[in-house]
Amino acid sequence: MPVLYVNDGEHDLEIGSNLPLLWALRDQIGLSSPKYGCGLEQCGACRVLVDGVPVASCRTRCGDVAGRPVATLEALRATAEGHEVIEGLLRANAAQCGYCLPGIAVTLIWLAMRRPVPFDEVVRALDDHLCRCGSHPRILRVARRIFDPDPDAAGDGSRAGHGNGET
Amino acid sequence: MDSALTEDGVLAAADGRRAIGDESTRRRLLGSLVEHPLLDAWLAFPEEGRVTVRTGKVELGQGIRTALAIIAAEELVVSPARIDVARTTTGSTPDEGFTAGSRSIEQSGAAVRQACAHAYRLLRDRAAARLEVSADALVADDGVFTTSNGDTVSYFELAAEGPFDYLVTAPAPLQPAAEHRFIGRGIPRLDLPAKISGAPAYVPDLRLPGMRFARVLRPPRPGATLETATPATVGSADVVRDGSFVAVVAGSEGEAEEAAERLAALLDWRGGMGFPLDAADPSYMAAHVVSSYPIIDGLASDGPAPPDPISHDDAALVLHSRFTKPFLLHGSIGPSAAVALHDGASLTVWSHSQGVGFLGKSLADVLGLDRGAVTVHHLDGAGCYGHNGADDAALDAALVARACQGQPISLRWARADEHRFEPLGPAMVVDLTASLGRDGRVSSWDEDILTYRHNARPLPQATGSRLLASWSLDPPVERSRAAPMLDFEAGGHRNGTPHYELGAMRVVKRDVDDASPLRTSAMRSLGALANVFAIESFMDELASAAGADPVAFRLGHTSDPRARAVIEAAVELAGGLEVPAGDDSVGRGLGFAQYENSMAYVAVVVELEVPARTAQITLRHAWIAADAGEIIDPDGLLNQIEGGFVQAASWTIKEKVELGPDGPSCSDWDSYPILRFSEIPSIHTKLIDRPDCPPVGAGEASCGPAAGAIANALAQATGVRVRDLPFRPEAIRAAFDALD
Ligand code: FES
Ligand code: FES
Repeated sequence: MPVLYVNDGEHDLEIGSNLPLLWALRDQIGLSSPKYGCGLEQCGACRVLVDGVPVASCRTRCGDVAGRPVATLEALRATAEGHEVIEGLLRANAAQCGYCLPGIAVTLIWLAMRRPVPFDEVVRALDDHLCRCGSHPRILRVARRIFDPDPDAAGDGSRAGHGNGET
Repeated sequence: MDSALTEDGVLAAADGRRAIGDESTRRRLLGSLVEHPLLDAWLAFPEEGRVTVRTGKVELGQGIRTALAIIAAEELVVSPARIDVARTTTGSTPDEGFTAGSRSIEQSGAAVRQACAHAYRLLRDRAAARLEVSADALVADDGVFTTSNGDTVSYFELAAEGPFDYLVTAPAPLQPAAEHRFIGRGIPRLDLPAKISGAPAYVPDLRLPGMRFARVLRPPRPGATLETATPATVGSADVVRDGSFVAVVAGSEGEAEEAAERLAALLDWRGGMGFPLDAADPSYMAAHVVSSYPIIDGLASDGPAPPDPISHDDAALVLHSRFTKPFLLHGSIGPSAAVALHDGASLTVWSHSQGVGFLGKSLADVLGLDRGAVTVHHLDGAGCYGHNGADDAALDAALVARACQGQPISLRWARADEHRFEPLGPAMVVDLTASLGRDGRVSSWDEDILTYRHNARPLPQATGSRLLASWSLDPPVERSRAAPMLDFEAGGHRNGTPHYELGAMRVVKRDVDDASPLRTSAMRSLGALANVFAIESFMDELASAAGADPVAFRLGHTSDPRARAVIEAAVELAGGLEVPAGDDSVGRGLGFAQYENSMAYVAVVVELEVPARTAQITLRHAWIAADAGEIIDPDGLLNQIEGGFVQAASWTIKEKVELGPDGPSCSDWDSYPILRFSEIPSIHTKLIDRPDCPPVGAGEASCGPAAGAIANALAQATGVRVRDLPFRPEAIRAAFDALD
């Protein structure tokens, strides 16, 4: 019976060690931010942090994270960086259906805690996430404001790509 | 409230058939109030300080709830924070058919606007009577009327006098545009705080007491059947079986997933019918044409046979090209899901369907329930982009719930099932022949559209059903196949008629149905993707044959000022179609269309790079100009237009459903790649506001122009014309090779 430490709570659960962490978080602990998208570590919708590192909770077994701290967006959104990222996304209406966003927010918050991070690295990290609605340009604009607030000073503000256009 | 109209009337509205003359003006001004004129059906003042707006249009990520709140707040003169947009539920919100075809603003927006404008006037009359002043002497602000000497009365006190009991049959005056506080400015999306922060927001987040969780086990190929017995339980999960429909149901989703994996290994599927592997080949499609329709004024006419091809003899030059589009996946990021509760006599379903009214009737028919015994509540889902598995999942959940009466069942499809069993976006072939006169103008245009069907939505049928699981029950319900769409700009002939003035014109739609297990249905922009891709590619081919500049050539073939304005605006935004000198792997291209030749105008210029060595397209920039009439919510409009561009860019560059003997051979995101963050170009969009033109939806309007612009940019960059989607490296390399 793995004991899970999730968002600073201790959960002694009657589950098998092989159960994907995603289901323990949703079914047993009652969290809604980790989403099921593929179950294959291909889309990023289920992303959480384990030991402060992003993982696909759909492909992480509970037995492997027993005793290690798990953080979901429910806790991360209450941090300073979480606030900054969520507010930034909301101010920009940076979503359509929004289903991919909790996972993306986890990645952006995790990166924001590690600033400075070169913008290219941020984009590479976002490549772990799929969005079907085409919300990428807006999410990238929010990310640029967070990670590259003065792009012209960096000398590449006008280069092609990565949704850096303004409308 | 229930629809007062016949099924046909509702269908006509849902399918977007355009009325003409006075009827058309009335519909434009009143929207869905034409079918549902009772004012009290659209809004209510349930408690002090709150306004409830009811709509039959559902949130698909397009921001409709927010747009309706903006409209209602403006016309009622209240703060948007006071508005609650009620969830769409069969039997209690107006039945507005499907939320599809970018029609929500036009139908529900107009209705809510007029309902609120009438309510404002009726409340003002009540206030005038109560305060014994003339209505003109009252000033409204955020739900309170005030007289010149300071007497006040609130909307909520006035509404307590009783329902309006009023039928809206004619338009009321609207708040003057100069005084608009919310329309044209927008407010933050109302639904996003919960969604972005991961709070419960979607169907699979719904939790009800005693809920159980289910997974379906789909056959390995369409029509395969289970001939042997299945166990009653797998571990802690119960097995539900009806004919060859089989599902597991457990106390948690994790257990259901695990049980489904264990049961899958025990099932012995027999038979079934493979897919035709060459179903997207033009020759296969041509061999399975059921009927042909001339397209006249946007309508497919099933009267006389199509006219003979135009003879192009006198022309200086005759060009012919063939363009193809493969089957595509809707590819929702969240697989289809539903919650159902069956209490023995009635069924309640929570679904992200685009048409809860039609779904409820279809469910009742399959389950043998009275139609009044089924209630469907809309709850948000991940984006669907058309008819995906949402409705099918609702039947799946209902079947499990019927076997587990009194227990709420939350059911969701596995990723592989979403990829393999959702209805496909139809394959199409567009053949174009045009003649170019010595004056450099197109003098005739002959177009032949070959298309699978675009609407297999679960409309209630006289016999049979369109819901996936119904065909596997014991006894099976007969599959009701999609019907060809004949309405204005519908299905495969959506944007089939060029918006340009091109002399003698003949457009023919050839409707394909091969009676195979293939299932095709509505996907964002329907036929407009293939048609606009073909028309815009071909316009560039003609311009080049005429030695003309592609922009001047288009402007020379349209006198529509709104068309000219978006084309000129996009080109100006881009600084022209010339590429920076010295880089011969870079190209720019233009694409334009007016969606459905009657809605939003969009022009797109794309700059891309495609090195000969890799033949891999990198999108660098997109410049977009759009005119969607009066702008209600500029930010929402930009979001829709940019999202449509990105999704269409993904279709154009990457996407294709490969067919294997057992159906689509793509079952995950590795076998069906889509555009990623690092592949997104910079996008600059300019909106053109037309306060005098009715607002129209734009969720699909940028898709076709995006494909056209990418095709033309690719041709400019490489000097070769690729006419088959998608533009994957192998297709581009083949075009290079053909050149050598
Ligand atoms: S659900 Fe885990 S990566 Fe897609
Ligand atoms: S916003 Fe819908 S999938 Fe990203």
